[in-house]
Formats: sequence, C-alpha cells, structure tokens
Amino acid sequence: MKDNKIYVYGFGNPGRQDDGLGPAIIDKLENENVPGIITDSNYQLNIEDAHNISQSDAVIFVDASIDTEEPFSFSKIEPSAEITFSTHTMSPESVLALCKDLYDKDMEAYVMAIKGYEWEFLEGLSDKAVNNFNEAYTFLIKKIEEMLKGHTFPQQHGSAENTI
Amino acid sequence: MGRKITIEPVTRVEGHGKVTIQLDDSNNVTQSRLHVVEFRGFEKFCQGRPYWEVPVLVQRLCGICPVSHHLAAAKALDVIVGAGTGDGLTPVGEKMRRLMHHGQMFQSHALHFFHLASPDLLFGADGDPAIRNVIGVALEHKDLAVQGVMMRKYGQEIIAATAGKKVHGTGAIPGGINKNLSIAERDTFLKGADPLNIDKMIAWAQGALDFFKGYYAKNKDFIDNFAVFPSSHLSLVRKDGAMDLYHGVIRAVDADGKRIVNDVDCQDYSKIIAEEVKNWSYMKFPYLRALGTEKGWYTVGPLARLNVCEFIPTPLAQKEFEIYKALTNGKPNHMSMHMHYARLIELLHSAEVIKDLLNDPDLQKDNLTTKGTKQKEGVGLIEAPRGTLFHHYRINDNDQIEMANLIVSTTNNNEPMNRAVNYVAKSAFNGKKEVTEGMMNRVEMAIRAYDPCLSCATHALGQMPLEVTLVDSEGTILDQKRK
Repeated sequence: MKDNKIYVYGFGNPGRQDDGLGPAIIDKLENENVPGIITDSNYQLNIEDAHNISQSDAVIFVDASIDTEEPFSFSKIEPSAEITFSTHTMSPESVLALCKDLYDKDMEAYVMAIKGYEWEFLEGLSDKAVNNFNEAYTFLIKKIEEMLKGHTFPQQHGSAENTI
Repeated sequence: MGRKITIEPVTRVEGHGKVTIQLDDSNNVTQSRLHVVEFRGFEKFCQGRPYWEVPVLVQRLCGICPVSHHLAAAKALDVIVGAGTGDGLTPVGEKMRRLMHHGQMFQSHALHFFHLASPDLLFGADGDPAIRNVIGVALEHKDLAVQGVMMRKYGQEIIAATAGKKVHGTGAIPGGINKNLSIAERDTFLKGADPLNIDKMIAWAQGALDFFKGYYAKNKDFIDNFAVFPSSHLSLVRKDGAMDLYHGVIRAVDADGKRIVNDVDCQDYSKIIAEEVKNWSYMKFPYLRALGTEKGWYTVGPLARLNVCEFIPTPLAQKEFEIYKALTNGKPNHMSMHMHYARLIELLHSAEVIKDLLNDPDLQKDNLTTKGTKQKEGVGLIEAPRGTLFHHYRINDNDQIEMANLIVSTTNNNEPMNRAVNYVAKSAFNGKKEVTEGMMNRVEMAIRAYDPCLSCATHALGQMPLEVTLVDSEGTILDQKRK
C-alpha cells in the first residue's frame, strides 16, 4: 500500500464525554504526525464522506460504542445499503456503499469501535474510556504500519475480529 | 379491541422521538401524538460557565446544526459585550458570520433534499424500502446523488473555512469573529476546480429546483393535498420585509396572511412568546402569548419564512419566489409537501448570497471584533435551516452564565408536526385493518417535511433503529418491527 492512502476517520461529539473517542484518536494521530495516513473527524458520518474517502485505498472508521466488548473491537466491513432513513447520519457501511456506487471505488474498510461509558454534556473521556483509548491507539498504530507494509496483521490483540 | 401503533426512532443518549397512533375497534384513528425527548438539562448545564465559552459549548447540543447554535449564542453574547443587537459588528465580522451561516443553510438544505426527501419523490411512499434511500438514488439517479454529495461538501468546506474547523468551530466569538477569509480561500470557493465552485453550486441548486418543479407538475394532487392544515407562521425578516436568514425582526402572520406579530425586536421575544408543558412529551409547546395556548401555536422553517417575508433579495431566488407565491395567490401556503419546494428556493438563495459575499472585499479586512458597554442579558435569534432558533442568556457579576433559555427550531414546530402526523394518520390508517410499511412511511414523510433534528448530538454504531410497535387496548404487543 502506498503512502497517504489510508483514510482514518474518527467521528463523534467531543462535547459528550466518551462519544468523543473517535475524534480523540484523530487528534492524537495528528499530534504525533503519524505518517502515511489521511486523518479526518466530524460529529457524524454523512454523504460527502463518500467522496472524501474515495481518494484512498483503505479506510478505518473510529467510533465510540456502547455495545462493544472492552476495550475495543476492530472489524472488517462491507458496503451496505441499509439506511436509517429518518435520521441525518449515515453508517460506515452506507458511506462505503455510496462511495462504491458513485465513484466506483470498492475499498478495504474497517471499523474500530471503542467501548465508552459516559455520555453527558461534558468534554473529556471517562477514566475507563481512557484505558480503552490507549489500548485502541496502540493497536491502531501497529495496524496502520502493517497495512502500509502490505502485510497481514495477526489477530492478537483486544477484540480484533477480522484482519486483512 | 382498540390498537395503538408506535413508530419509534430510538437514539442512545439524546432520548428519542416516537409516534403513537391509537386506533379504535373499527380501526379509525382516535388520537396521534409525536413525542420528542429533547436536550436534557442543557440550559442548566450552561449555568456557571464563563459567557465567552458559550458559542463553543453549545455546539455540544447537536451534530447536525452546531453552526446554528454557535451563531445564535454568539449573537446573544454580542449584546452582552455591548456590540449591539445584530447590526453593531464590523463589516468583516458580520459578513464572515453570514457566510458561515449560508454555508450551513446550503449544506443542510442540500442534505435534506437529496438524502431525506428525494427518495420519497423518486421511489414513492410505497416504494421498496430497501432502495428508498440515498443509496437507491445513487444506483438509479447517479447524477442527482453526486450533486447532493458535492453540494453538501461545498457547504461543509465553507463552514470549515469560516468556523476554523468542522467540529467545535470557534469562528464566531462575542463581538465578532476570530478570522477573516484569505484571498486563497475566497478563490477556492469562487473558482475552484469543477464542480466545487460557486457557479456550479448555483447551477445545481437551480437544477434541484427544476427537478422538484418537474415532479410537482406530474404529481400535483399528491403534493398539494398531503398534510394540509391552516397554521400561523413566524420568522425573522429584515426590517424592509426581505428574507434575512441571519438577522432581523420577529414577524408572524395568521393562516390568512394577517400580520399578528409586527416586527418585534429579538430582545423582546419573551414578551410575545411563552412555552407550554404537556404531560405526554418532554418537548415544550411554544405559543404566542396574545393568542393563548390553543390558538397561539405557529410554524417555523422554510414554509413559514416564505409565508412571512415579502421578497427575497437575490434575483434568481426572487424569480422562483414569485412563481411559488402565485400558486396560492400570494396567500400563506399550508401544504406540508411545499416545504420541500420552499427549502429549495432557500437553497438557491443561500448559493446566491454566498457568491455575493465571496465577491465582497470586506471579508479580507482585519478589524474582526468590536465591543461596548457590557450588558447583563442578551438574546440571539437566527433562522436555522429548520426554523427560528432562540438563545437567551443572563450573566452575573463574575461573567458567568446565570440563566440560559433555548427554544430550538424543532420545538417551535412541535404542534404543527403533531398536526401533520394526525392529518396523515387519519388519511392513511382510518378503516385499514393492516398496517403496511407504506402507511407508516407516510407518517414519517409528514415528519420529514419539517426536517426535525431528532438524531443529533451523539450517536453510536447500531444505535439508531426505527422501532414500530403495534399494541392493543390491553397493552399487549401485537407486532413489533425494527429497521
């Protein structure tokens, strides 16, 4: 995989405690100037993200999750047209589907779902979420390195469910 | 045995909105209600915070319209720092905010039309729900879907350039803004590579309007007769009666077009508007004090704005406005599906305003802020995409927020959304023995026309299902579906 072709996209609301896990991952990636990736963050995924990710060969969506097991899960995903019609947001799978349909781009895609616990109108992650954040970040860095080298990454950490 | 049908979009944290439709033994609708859980104690949460934090703080409210909250809060705090009530900022301060606001209007209206409205129009209310969504639009109407994506992206880029970033932007501050627009940024928006330039955006906005008008010509009966009921309408207008989505005076007209609120200063909103609490919904019901709780409810948003304003101060949108007004002989329009039409006229207006602003050299000036004698209290109103948004703050001697009151657009539309649901429920459900997906979708279409913000602030993977529950009069669940 060539440089700058992995799109790492954190989404969530940093003003709602652990919902900001995704954007917090992106902040750290940007602060540490991790090479070979394009970073992005927003409150929610939406239709224009189909265009944003279409310039890359792979995408990793990073989000908080109330349901996932601790400390995080990392799953390969496929395009899906399933839409929650009456809401404004889109799922990672539906963004992929839109990207495929509009830009003929069928890319490798993953979701990193980090377990969160607190969701009130506050900034900052809960203590338990910080632990999950640290483990998820360590895993993500290794994953990015492996993807950039074009190698598979063994299922060896946390709740990684699928690997390249 | 009577039955109760519940349509329930559930969110993880924000609470949830749901529709309940009560049927009697003959399957006729006896009652319908839209229940919405809104911000939980946010106004309380603001108390004690330094006032200058508020424009950023309030963006925690919503992942869909954070810019509207950001700007309404900044406008209220302009008053507190002595920068006037909407007309006291420096030219660059006011115009950068207007650019930010119209970027928000443009992307929001484009998103609503292409993502939420067009699937109903293209595939019909009874269309296969598996394809009746933006992915289905992408498969069968690729050009339209690409336009929606790129129009939304253009608006988002305007927001990022004016607010500083997409998440928790800081562009608007009490008394002004913290950055101007560079020549490079300006040229990107004016003359960017196709299609991301303003001329293309204007052309596509006109194309979307033409698409709707073409659909309307073929489906006039449906568009004109879906959820039609008389209402009063309220919005901001410029002092000369022009549409102004950023600032103005409060005006309202009744169902016949008679003016019932006559250009009231925003700082005096609480003299004319009060809020009623009902025991079956967490969302309040605003009403005009002079008319009371029964008759004082009103509609806000695109339909209301076009019913209230006298003209639109950009040429292309004005031309469309004249065609639109002729449909009702200049009288207020009460047809819910015309909200899509009105929204697209505003989309075109916003694109025109963006172009005018980009060509204005004031955006490159450096006098970003102003201030005067500090005040204890301030009100900021703005026409958010979904309607009039009210922010009201009072500070103490330590510059901390002592009182906050917010009336959001969706709250203003609480009663009309309930009436729209009731209208459609009766026409779709009365006498029917079976509930089909198409019937439920009609109820959702009535709600969607208002573009309510039910899903904002937080989200989580897999946490936004739509739940439909069928319950008999004994409370027994007869059927339950999630999608």
